[in-house]
Amino acid sequence: MAEDKDKPETGAPGEDDRIGLERQAADSEHAAKLAGDIPPRTAPDRPAAPKKRARGRHGVIAHEVPSTGHEWDGITEYDNPMPRWWLWTFYATIVWAVFYVIAYPAIPLVNGATRGLLGTTNRQQVAAEIERFDQANAAIQTRLASVELSEIPNDPELVNYATNAGGAVFRTWCAQCHGSGAAGARGYPNLLDNDWLWGGTLEDIHLTLQHGIRDPNDPDTRYSEMPRFGRDGLLERPQIQQVVDYVLSLSDLPHDAASAAEGAVVYAENCAACHAEDGSGDRTQGAPNLADAVWLYGSEPETLNRIITEGPYGVMPAWASRLDEADIRAVSTYVHGLGGGE
Amino acid sequence: MSILARHKILEKNASLLLVFSFLVVTIGGIVQITPLFYLENTIEKVEGVRPYTPLELAGRDVYVREGCYVCHSQMIRPMRDEVERYGHYSLAAESMYDHPFQWGSKRTGPDLARVGGRYSDEWHVDHLTDPQSVVPESIMPKYAFLKDRVIGTDTIAQRLRTDAMVGVPYDDAMIAAAAEDFRAQANPDADAAGLGERYPGAQQRNFDRQPQLTEMDALVAYLQVLGTMVDFSTFEPDAAR
Repeated sequence: MAEDKDKPETGAPGEDDRIGLERQAADSEHAAKLAGDIPPRTAPDRPAAPKKRARGRHGVIAHEVPSTGHEWDGITEYDNPMPRWWLWTFYATIVWAVFYVIAYPAIPLVNGATRGLLGTTNRQQVAAEIERFDQANAAIQTRLASVELSEIPNDPELVNYATNAGGAVFRTWCAQCHGSGAAGARGYPNLLDNDWLWGGTLEDIHLTLQHGIRDPNDPDTRYSEMPRFGRDGLLERPQIQQVVDYVLSLSDLPHDAASAAEGAVVYAENCAACHAEDGSGDRTQGAPNLADAVWLYGSEPETLNRIITEGPYGVMPAWASRLDEADIRAVSTYVHGLGGGE
Repeated sequence: MSILARHKILEKNASLLLVFSFLVVTIGGIVQITPLFYLENTIEKVEGVRPYTPLELAGRDVYVREGCYVCHSQMIRPMRDEVERYGHYSLAAESMYDHPFQWGSKRTGPDLARVGGRYSDEWHVDHLTDPQSVVPESIMPKYAFLKDRVIGTDTIAQRLRTDAMVGVPYDDAMIAAAAEDFRAQANPDADAAGLGERYPGAQQRNFDRQPQLTEMDALVAYLQVLGTMVDFSTFEPDAAR
């Protein structure tokens, strides 16, 4: 049946149809072989030929390799050994595995896994590694954490260490908000200038770092909240615009003079308690100076309008629970030394 | 050598080969995977880990939906440099209520396993809205639209029930109060006694400072709880693990 299918449907192959004839011949040979008419090729179990050396191309000596005796449709397989370097590497890994299983935690048993003769664990290793680095700095870290805060600037060795260590801490934990160069971003104070919301002495910076600003999880955090004058209906929209003009006038920015004059009255009643009569602010409650050229959120009238309407609420996390005292002091010293420290 | 001769039977019979291959893989699985479920070395009970609140769970779904795990891992490995940068190395128990876990395998952005409390809510909102406004060198895409996507409580109880089915210990009271807890957590004026009782340490505030409850609230609530459940000031790692 199979032979029938293989024939072209136009009829039996003529003498000119060489392809068809050859195929027929191959088919009949294959059928005969399957039936056992043709003896299998020689030497399935013995090497087909003894190793013979012959000079191949490029002068490379070619070996005549014996056959494995495996045969598929007349295709036989050379009995090439694995490269010796590969084989020995393989044996070496087996030996290594035996030692590894004995030395390290490996085999699960009924209640626990074997712990290995070396007794190592990842946790011990990382703890030891951290301990090693802590030990290297232990003396100066302890000194940094224990001296009076005000003494640090007078000790050149401590200042040098704290500035470098504090820079590393700053780039890890603080740069996301205050920028990798400490220049801040809109809504996140610039630490390079001498304009401070909560004070720029080393003690002030240290306290801010320890307890944060408006951190919901720290009871001792620095806290104040500017009212949402617009959203909570404390001021009318025109009044807010008047205050905006007045605030702009404090630092000689373009403004509507008539509106600003009205705004001065609103300001005195609603804003002066925190931001002071002259707009110089109050650091005890984090009220910024409105009369200088530094603007936390921007000095555009729309921005001021939005801030007065919705109330700003900048939050800085408390770091006392994440960083140890020496690191907090180091980063305090670093920030203090950036240029604006008082 | 006879066993090798019999091996020929396997080599010549595809179906049989499949069956025996499966058998071998099964034995490998039993030896390598099954012990992890009962060995004392691998199971560590840790205090403080609780199921996510409904709002955090919704935020987690936003996290998964937006593919945050493609760039952010949640797995601090026990190595000094990672511990110094991100905090205490992650414990298996900390992701035991994650289905699926968010360990991730690639850090285009930083690891987020302990991002909770590290930044303010405002920073998260600013950063998700426009990452480059706070981190100029960042390549993270903007997710400002989350602020406009108001989410309701229609499916939250079912969402909790689904997690309960795969082993998260949400009890009937939690599922019944799911919608209530969901709204209470994002509303600083709501009565949070029930929320705090059911989910100890749940943070309650208006996360995105907008009146409506949006996906931004949920995502920030989720980010702010990451890695904060275990108190590492009292946690003593068992060094033998």
